Amino acid sequence: MDEKKLAIIATKGSLDWAYPPFILASTAAALGYETEIFFTFYGLQLLKKNMALEVTPLGNPGMPMPMGMDKWFPVLGLTLPGMQGMMTSMMKKKMASKGVASLEELRELCQEAEVKLIACQMTVDLFEMDTSEFIDGIEYAGAARFFEFAGESDICLYI
Amino acid sequence: MADFDQELDASGLNCPLPILRAKKTLGGMESGQVLHIIATDPGSVKDFEAFANQTGNELMESKEVGGKFEFLIKKA
Repeated sequence: MDEKKLAIIATKGSLDWAYPPFILASTAAALGYETEIFFTFYGLQLLKKNMALEVTPLGNPGMPMPMGMDKWFPVLGLTLPGMQGMMTSMMKKKMASKGVASLEELRELCQEAEVKLIACQMTVDLFEMDTSEFIDGIEYAGAARFFEFAGESDICLYI
Repeated sequence: MADFDQELDASGLNCPLPILRAKKTLGGMESGQVLHIIATDPGSVKDFEAFANQTGNELMESKEVGGKFEFLIKKA
């Protein structure tokens, strides 16, 4: 079958960076693409059973904040403990109220749609991560394995 | 006014959920059957057009009814 292929490398582990790989992969799969996501470095956070991902305005000048708060809040506000957690909760509530799918749901949809999820073995070893914390159904491989698929892909994205 | 075999209410769900749910529902249907979808996401209009083009499932109807968007898709 002449299916198009999508390869994604997911390298970031914060809430705002987690959405693009899963949304793109699940949508591509819905459109009939054969899709693989290679998770490396902080992207491995997206494979944990319990994804406690956070988002921060610190160093994120693109993040919209009300009432000009982006001018002073990120640096000063984030010195307060628990502030990042609170901002993450606010972001999650906003997403839920607007009918945006949760990460867990998107990830599940990806797996149902047979999107291949591959964890970078090297990074797992590097950060001494406990593989029992990862979801089932993932493959552990290295960069060469990724190129096997990426080399044939029609679309290759680095996220 | 076409008849349909199954209905999917995707109201309140935003991209990419409407097409993902549609794909899942269509997966459980027989070829030739028609799925009626209701959505509130305005992006879903273009999404379903692209979905029909890419997957070969026919988008028989796409209309706006009272602020909601309704689609009829026939499974290929």
